[in-house]
Amino acid sequence: MADIVIDRVVKEFGSFRALQEISLTVNDGEFVALLGPSGCGKTTLLRIIAGLEAQTSGRVVIGGRDVSDLAPRKRGLAMVFQNYAVFPHMTVFENVAFGLRMQKAPQAEVKRRVERAASLLHIESYLDRYPAKLSGGQRQRVAVARALAVEPAVLLMDEPLSNLDALLRLEMRTELKAVLREAGTTTIYVTHDQTEAMGLADRIAVMYGGKIDQIGSPLDIYATPATRFVGSFIGSPPMNFIKVRCSQGTARIGDAALPCPSAGTEMELGLRGEDAILSPSGSGIPFDVRVVEPMGSHLLLTGSIDGQLARIVAPPTAKVNAGQRVSLDVDPTRVTWIDSTTGRVVARD
Amino acid sequence: MPARTSWIPYALIAPSVVFLGALFLVPLVQTIWLSFSAGEGLSLDNYQRMAGDLNFSLAVKNTFLLTLVVVPLQVVLALGMATMVTKLDKGRDLVLWVLTIPLGISDLAAGLAWLALLQNTGYLNSALYALGLIQGPTGWLSQETPVALFIAIMLAELWRATAIVLVILIAGLQLIPKEFSEAAEIFGAKPWTRFTRITLPLLKPSLQSALILRTVLAFEVFAVVYALGGRNFPVLVGEAYVWQNDNQNYGVAASYAVLIMVISLAATAVYLRALRTRPEQLP
Ligand SMILES: Nc1ncnc2c1ncn2[C@@H]1O[C@H](COP(=O)(O)OP(=O)(O)OP(=O)(O)O)[C@@H](O)[C@H]1O
Ligand SMILES: [Mg+2]
Repeated sequence: MADIVIDRVVKEFGSFRALQEISLTVNDGEFVALLGPSGCGKTTLLRIIAGLEAQTSGRVVIGGRDVSDLAPRKRGLAMVFQNYAVFPHMTVFENVAFGLRMQKAPQAEVKRRVERAASLLHIESYLDRYPAKLSGGQRQRVAVARALAVEPAVLLMDEPLSNLDALLRLEMRTELKAVLREAGTTTIYVTHDQTEAMGLADRIAVMYGGKIDQIGSPLDIYATPATRFVGSFIGSPPMNFIKVRCSQGTARIGDAALPCPSAGTEMELGLRGEDAILSPSGSGIPFDVRVVEPMGSHLLLTGSIDGQLARIVAPPTAKVNAGQRVSLDVDPTRVTWIDSTTGRVVARD
Repeated sequence: MPARTSWIPYALIAPSVVFLGALFLVPLVQTIWLSFSAGEGLSLDNYQRMAGDLNFSLAVKNTFLLTLVVVPLQVVLALGMATMVTKLDKGRDLVLWVLTIPLGISDLAAGLAWLALLQNTGYLNSALYALGLIQGPTGWLSQETPVALFIAIMLAELWRATAIVLVILIAGLQLIPKEFSEAAEIFGAKPWTRFTRITLPLLKPSLQSALILRTVLAFEVFAVVYALGGRNFPVLVGEAYVWQNDNQNYGVAASYAVLIMVISLAATAVYLRALRTRPEQLP
């Protein structure tokens, strides 16, 4: 059992609060992605779990054992560093073997496991080279192989595929997922690439400004964001936010009226580009199209609703021209209501 | 473009070439020439006189002994101190400043300071007398107490010149990103293993510089020895000084100078080879 419980962890650097009371539970064998913009505290949280940084307050429990005050090497985990930290004075083989050497594994075992990790990451032909002679992406794969070779119970990865080309990244992603699932490794995977997070993770924790805004399955996070930030960060094109006034449970946009929660008056309507349908009847939310981008699988329409920027996805065959005013049908159950002042999603009545 | 600007690098290094030529190469050639000329023509007379001198083998032995004891001790001490200094969060500059004070003191002054401590009526004896450990003034720096004299010189040299190694090693340590040590720690390396498997290998270029500098200077040790022991502890540079000034024999003095240079060059060559870092292993 190697579940991870992060219990109200706070980290301050001087007067700057990098993490504000983070709580997160990762179940045994689960794959959780930490997703968030640059500087939101992902690396800091990972370093605290690893024990490389001391939290200001709070606890970290791994496999039922409070490891808050334990040295990193006693926490029984492996880590892929954001900047790789591949040892320059050792060959790729020795780098990958490092953890096994520290465990004093027999030579045959070291060789077997290094070769397995290397072939998984397609670095077997560089095993006797030095890292300085490798490209950034190759070095990054050495760092991942080094972590996989020890077959850890808990694996922390800080943007481990960020430096690979799109094709290789997709392939590595699939292989990583399969290997980690098979081994039952509890994984925390830091990324700011949402497709990577959606594709890999059992659950995604979306971080913003030192807090976890929302944690849930990829579908949950996509369909029912908890805050304005989550809505804007997940999904491509990002969710549209249209400021509206709510009175007596209805919001009016042009000719259309939508039922809205009675919690406030200054609200924002969160609308996913693919949740709006071009209305054949002409009655609905008016949308002034400014740019039409044919993307192959769909048309991306950029324009404005009630004077506010919006991006809508339309079928590839739709007949829409720039400069045209169209109207949109929206399923009221698929829109998200956000309190303008707090940025938090308000439950529908 | 390149054709027009190609003279610029040469013009820029010309002053240093002239400077080196006038103040280093010419005296060097002159010294070598002097060491081989006795009476008429070239000969090895000066070297024979040098090697035949009573103090010669003692001076060679003492110089090597001092170097072989002092330099490794300095490196070990400096490594320990540098590791501690780089671990400090607060007051690091102050600690470093205090540790490097001896660097600002000339070696003769350092020798005299230690003489004040260790001579017959010095502070050490006063303290030992006050504690009732000795009956009266006791000599530590005479020919009758060679071990005590050696230890005194060793201590003075350690005090005086460890800081230069320290400064070089701290600069080197700061160049090593802390992630390497962190990664090693994550993968189960204990502190000593991290030091030997990660820090030391990555520190090799700095260690090499420090060792070359310290070893060359250790072979040239003179003022501290002279202040503490006079000719009770002959060393190579001391003998050169004696031949030059007391015996007014510039030829033999030049032979000593050449010998010291050859030893230094050989030591440097050994370090360059033994501690070389292959380019592909650089971070
Ligand atoms: N040692 C430190 N001292 C002071 N501030 C720090 C330190 N480390 C991180 N921070 C600050 O904490 C915040 C979070 O940093 P962190 O490295 O965790 O971000 P991140 O989410 O990993 O970003 P990225 O995606 O760019 O890697 C940043 O604002 C950063 O400036
Ligand atoms: Mg980071």
